[in-house]
Amino acid sequence: MQTSNTAQSSSAAPNKFINFLRKHHVFNKVRAFLQKYMMLIALIAVVIFFSFQKGGAILFPQNINNLIQTNAYVFILATGMLLCILTGGNIDLAVGSVVCFAGGVGAIMMDRSIPWPVAVVAMLVIGLLVGIWQGFWIAYVNVPPFIATLAGMLAFRGLSNVVMGGFAYDITDQNFLNIFGGKENCYVPDFFANIGPEIKGEKGVILNKFCLAVGIAFVIALVIYTILHRIHLKKNGYKLQPIVSVIIKTTCISAALLWLFYKLACHKGILTPLIWIGIVLAIFAYITTKTTFGRNLYAVGGNEKAARLSGVNTRMVKFKAYVMMGLLAGFAGVLNIARFVGAKPSYGKQYEMDAIAACFIGGASAYGGTGTVGGVIIGALLVGVINKGMDIMGTSANYKLVVKGLVLLLAVFFDVIMKMRKKGGAEE
Amino acid sequence: MSKVLLEMNHITKTFPGVKALDDVNLRVEEGEIHAIVGENGAGKSTLMNVLSGIYPFGSYEGDIVYDGEVCKFHHIKDSEKKGIVIIHQELALLPNMTIGENMFLGNERGSKYCIDWNKTYSEADKYLEMVGLTDSSKTLVKDIGTGKQQLVEIAKALAKNARLLILDEPTSSLNEKDSKALLDLMKEFKAQGMTMIIISHKLNEVSYVADKITVVRDGSTIVTLDCEKDDISEDIIIKAMVNREMTDRFPKRKNVNIGDVMMEVKNWTVYHPEFTSRKVVDDVSINVREGEVVGIYGLMGAGRTELAMSIFGRSYGIGISGTLKIAGEEVILKNPKQAIRHKLAYVTEDRKGNGLVLSNSIKHNTTLANLKALTVKDEAADRRSPIPKLVIDKDKEYEVASEYVEKLRTKTPSVEQLVGNLSGGNQQKVLLAKWMFADPDILILDEPTRGIDVGAKYEIYCIINDLVAAGKSVIMISSELPEVIGMSDRIYVMNEAKIVGEIPASEATQNNIMACIVKSGKEADGIANE
Repeated sequence: MQTSNTAQSSSAAPNKFINFLRKHHVFNKVRAFLQKYMMLIALIAVVIFFSFQKGGAILFPQNINNLIQTNAYVFILATGMLLCILTGGNIDLAVGSVVCFAGGVGAIMMDRSIPWPVAVVAMLVIGLLVGIWQGFWIAYVNVPPFIATLAGMLAFRGLSNVVMGGFAYDITDQNFLNIFGGKENCYVPDFFANIGPEIKGEKGVILNKFCLAVGIAFVIALVIYTILHRIHLKKNGYKLQPIVSVIIKTTCISAALLWLFYKLACHKGILTPLIWIGIVLAIFAYITTKTTFGRNLYAVGGNEKAARLSGVNTRMVKFKAYVMMGLLAGFAGVLNIARFVGAKPSYGKQYEMDAIAACFIGGASAYGGTGTVGGVIIGALLVGVINKGMDIMGTSANYKLVVKGLVLLLAVFFDVIMKMRKKGGAEE
Repeated sequence: MSKVLLEMNHITKTFPGVKALDDVNLRVEEGEIHAIVGENGAGKSTLMNVLSGIYPFGSYEGDIVYDGEVCKFHHIKDSEKKGIVIIHQELALLPNMTIGENMFLGNERGSKYCIDWNKTYSEADKYLEMVGLTDSSKTLVKDIGTGKQQLVEIAKALAKNARLLILDEPTSSLNEKDSKALLDLMKEFKAQGMTMIIISHKLNEVSYVADKITVVRDGSTIVTLDCEKDDISEDIIIKAMVNREMTDRFPKRKNVNIGDVMMEVKNWTVYHPEFTSRKVVDDVSINVREGEVVGIYGLMGAGRTELAMSIFGRSYGIGISGTLKIAGEEVILKNPKQAIRHKLAYVTEDRKGNGLVLSNSIKHNTTLANLKALTVKDEAADRRSPIPKLVIDKDKEYEVASEYVEKLRTKTPSVEQLVGNLSGGNQQKVLLAKWMFADPDILILDEPTRGIDVGAKYEIYCIINDLVAAGKSVIMISSELPEVIGMSDRIYVMNEAKIVGEIPASEATQNNIMACIVKSGKEADGIANE
């Protein structure tokens, strides 16, 4: 102890307390907790901050709706970007241009009265082909991803201008817009409207009962799954998480789900882009955690040489990651033209940056090998909430960029210091 | 008696768990060439790192007296200021820079803010002349051969006003002619009054050039021989290098049951992937039988790892030629995937670099090489189904990983633990578990006990014995003589890309194995012994 004599008596009690905490690994636990949930805490903090601005406008049902609609592309693209980043911090700069190009082709097709399902398939195929093209150069010719996709970014932006000839194309097909989230009717209709009494929510609006029912169904499914999963784990002799933490976690997720669906029910119900986001996230959460391809992604990003010597076809893994990224960029193009009810050669600029930022904010490592779809959801939400919140506050678009940049830097900085501390701890 | 330039007294250096240097004493007189010889891991390089300040003052015990004063080096710059310059075994030149730029890197000529290129290149040319190089100092380093690169390293050291030059295995990457030229250059420098320390295991070179020879073994200095007075015959030096007590550190195998030849490699030749004219494996023929442990002994850089990796699905080298037979059938393995399918496993020496995914859990590392086995419940049914199964059975995975943790006694709280958080010995066990789960018939273990403590070593030996008892074939590559002798049924000795001896375990001794290497080195180099 290096405290002076006078200070000793007063500092004895806190020291004792600190030693007690140390003995019970409280610091390590707090650090582990922070490391795992920091971005979630940041998200909640940001939401609380904005909810004190402009009378809590950010939590108005129509704003939540709007947030999902305008940020759908971030979720879709960030999911694809995660796959690329997992293979070793490789990014895809071309996605913004691909969104624009695929969307442009689709809009022109619909403009020429080609049925919308054909146009959608065409857009997906374009995305897929772009993915194959870029994946080939990256995985099989060893062109650095930064260069290969920078080339794609320029080329597909140019091609968008070429096919659209500098014109804007409007979309008039109401079915297409309803299904992929454009204009005011892109909601799942209230199938239960005529069943039972009307339920009124905040400010006396009539709630969408189907939406509420879906929310409740999700929560019930979650609870049942959690219980069954735990029984299954116990039966197979896994080490179980403490029951309290499982209950807290399930309760929090349930509450968040109910709150979301309640808000949605206050404003016309479930919007169709949300369904698409849900489907894409579910598929890729499954791929990354449960399949051999997913496992290989993490192995290649964690240690490419070790993966290759373990018999993993590392080129194929990278190739597939870019093909999937391309496909998702094509799909983001579909959602994008629906949202803007048309296509312009300037659409999709800087989309790649939002996607990359969402991944890194969500805890993906810039060197590859770590990152989850769950993290991407939080990262994309954080980007979305900041976008929307500053819109509501009337901040200029320029400051929005500044804030987003700083948030990205802070998130990665936090990740770096957490890792440094851990290293120091191991040496002790 | 000339003046003593350097004295290292009672140097002891410990790393966590290992005593790398134990009471080392070294005296170097001004104007002599002092050779330090010893096996890999004997502590030669650690000693030189202590001397040059790479391990700063305070991290070791004992003191260094240089030129009459006690030195406390905190940084490599401190020792260089005094004129102590090391030339490391791995050449540290930047290939895309010119000789001149390399020579003054970090030591640029000119004012603080501006490099004086005329001065740089004229001085560089001056030093090049001193080492007998006629190339222009504006030549790019990648355009000159390794022999000349080594000379550039020496010129670079001279440019730092070296008084004591330390050369760590200077001829390891040179051919016979370049080696001879280098050694002659050393003699020339000596005539001009330079003091040098040469680290080497090539005894013929050492006795050609050195005035004194200090033998290091297991972190201690054994003996210092004066070449003029003492008998420096190879037998005496070899004995000092390897003569340690053989304790019972190796578990005995019961019922040794050796069967037919499992794998046979014939006339295997591999070229270096970058220096494409250099053979790293030269016309090697080896075989391994069912239930047999075959040891491959060789010093670092002998081509052992290159041999193993080139066999394992051509994962190293180019221009590979030769035949490979597994269970009597000739096979061509184009990548590790095919090698694994032919029941071959290669457990790397570099577990962090080539073996494990440190950011993944024990569970995920254990199953990585054989994920397929987790996607099928019934193998017969799988063969009928045309669609490959892609979904991992997570319960089965957990079961497998837990089973191996138990079987190999890996110390960990759970199989979800990240491998990066484990100790070296436990990481090695995870690596072994991975390859055992891949269910191979032939395992190539490359330095399976490097960098792990004695207890863990014994456990690894037991695992190896269990493997061969189950009818597997094991090739164990090692640079630890007692280990090779204690574990193997048969030993190949490898040196400078060639197999230079094959000795049955019953006849193997530390002396005759080391003699194989020393003799082959002499034949190849053809340098006069006296």
